[in-house]
Amino acid sequence: MKTITFITSENDIIETQANSGSLMELAVKNKVKGIDGDCGGVCSCATCHVHVNQEFWNAVGGPSALESDMLEFDDNVSDYSRLSCQMQVSEVPDGLVLKVAK
Amino acid sequence: MQATTDQTCVIIGASHAGINCAFALRKEGWEGAIIIYDKDPEFPYHRPPLSKAYLTSEAGTEHSLLFPKENYTEDNIQLKLGISVLSIHAEKQIITLSDGSEQRYHKLVLATGARPFIPPIEGIVTAKNVFPMRTATDANNIRQAFNAAPKKRVLIIGGGYIGLETAASLKKLGAEVSVLERESRVLARVTTPEMSAFFTKLHEENGVNILTDKTVTKITPLSEGNLVHCSDNSQYQADVIVVGVGITVNTKLAQSANLILENGIKVSASCQTSNPYIYAIGDCTFHYNMHYQTNIRLESVQNAIDQAKVAAKAICGQTEVIYDSIPWFWSDQFDIKLQIVGLSTDYNNLVIRNEETENSFSMWYFKDDELLAVDAVNFAKAYMLGTRFIKAKQKVDKIKLADTSIPFKPNSFI
Ligand SMILES: Cc1cc2nc3c(=O)[nH]c(=O)nc-3n(C[C@H](O)[C@H](O)[C@H](O)COP(=O)(O)OP(=O)(O)OC[C@H]3O[C@@H](n4cnc5c(N)ncnc54)[C@H](O)[C@@H]3O)c2cc1C
Ligand code: FES
Repeated sequence: MKTITFITSENDIIETQANSGSLMELAVKNKVKGIDGDCGGVCSCATCHVHVNQEFWNAVGGPSALESDMLEFDDNVSDYSRLSCQMQVSEVPDGLVLKVAK
Repeated sequence: MQATTDQTCVIIGASHAGINCAFALRKEGWEGAIIIYDKDPEFPYHRPPLSKAYLTSEAGTEHSLLFPKENYTEDNIQLKLGISVLSIHAEKQIITLSDGSEQRYHKLVLATGARPFIPPIEGIVTAKNVFPMRTATDANNIRQAFNAAPKKRVLIIGGGYIGLETAASLKKLGAEVSVLERESRVLARVTTPEMSAFFTKLHEENGVNILTDKTVTKITPLSEGNLVHCSDNSQYQADVIVVGVGITVNTKLAQSANLILENGIKVSASCQTSNPYIYAIGDCTFHYNMHYQTNIRLESVQNAIDQAKVAAKAICGQTEVIYDSIPWFWSDQFDIKLQIVGLSTDYNNLVIRNEETENSFSMWYFKDDELLAVDAVNFAKAYMLGTRFIKAKQKVDKIKLADTSIPFKPNSFI
């Protein structure tokens, strides 16, 4: 079981736990405000945009080509942007902290 | 907001629109009961994967759920699956159900969507292994019939997105696939000749037979499989036939409530029907699009979800909620991801921008100088930038846009 923390744009801190699935699914399940996952996780809506806490960036790794194309022109893109539907619980470090993009 | 504790909101249809509406109602503060009915017994699932990843994934893979089961319990959303709603008594605010019971509502949401249109082809009803592609059961049936067929000859009747996606998925599984399209090009109803040509080429390169100007007239049984007859006297053998020629909107219930219908259930900007206690959302609605200033019916996840959220707000008593979205859509076929934003219907000129990578380009649809829509093929940047430009009604420099030597950046084109 991994612990993953989401911080919403209103600074609500939501600590979640999971073994599998995508981080978007995890956020939706835990009603993390700002993560809608409208396209169901196929990289088409960008309603699952998060900023990875800097200290975890290397462990998490950067976006795929399609994902970074989706992010590039997003108003709130940062150097640590990812689409949470493209991140798997099984592949991210335990204790990960993510900030929900506006 | 007035207290809703003692009120019941009933939703008919537990798919993209209905389910998102239920959760949005809780989010917006609806305190009363929420009951959703659907005749489909399957736990509410995403439809888009049915013709895409689900068909090609390993047998036994679960359907991807719209929301996890726990969330329904947590939000106290009552799911009544496997029950059909038979009629609405609008004056009494009651619906009648297939289990013989009735349910009273204070607010009612019609999220009844659409069903596959089965064309009047001789023998289609009695032929074996002929399937539509709309529900989880349809997708399961196609998989089963396909796996059981000794020869893997598949015929797709109808070259729309769902037909082409199904063709691509079954081809990946090693089928011999032909698509029979009545019009002179695939995707005729939904996209431009240029895009149709691209998808025809893509399918042909991957070994799918694309046959246009083919009107199917009759299906007759063979000792193994079926024989499909066309009006030009051509004939095709098939073990599995998938029918994807479009949909019929489910309006029977709306009719029983005497709602105004016009190419679907007519709704206001807040998704209200002609009866103030009844809302309608998703594929079944004929609604006004603010941006394009036109009435339209859309078949997309975006429209289902956005209308669901609008209706939930309106039902919770928020005033001045308006559906004001730019439509978006996607389709996956082979290694191609098509992403569409906007409505290209009224375009009168087109800019095509080819990227260096093969099969990566975008089509920009203009009405005079106004950007209406963008189709992006394996080029999500164009989809995202197009969205931004359309929303902002940004004037775009078409000459620079078409010039691939100019880097693809927002400031390059404005
Ligand atoms: C194979 C496939 C692939 C698709 N791919 C994409 C895609 O890539 N991108 C995209 O944006 N869209 C796609 N779509 C379209 C998208 O799935 C629909 O737009 C969406 O499902 C519409 O949601 P809805 O809730 O309005 O209607 P529906 O999904 O049609 O749901 C309506 C529900 O109402 C129920 N119902 C109707 N009448 C009654 C009654 N009297 N009693 C009880 N229940 C009733 C039905 O059983 C049904 O479950 C695809 C659709 C299909 C079928
Ligand atoms: S859920 Fe749509 S892009 Fe992630």
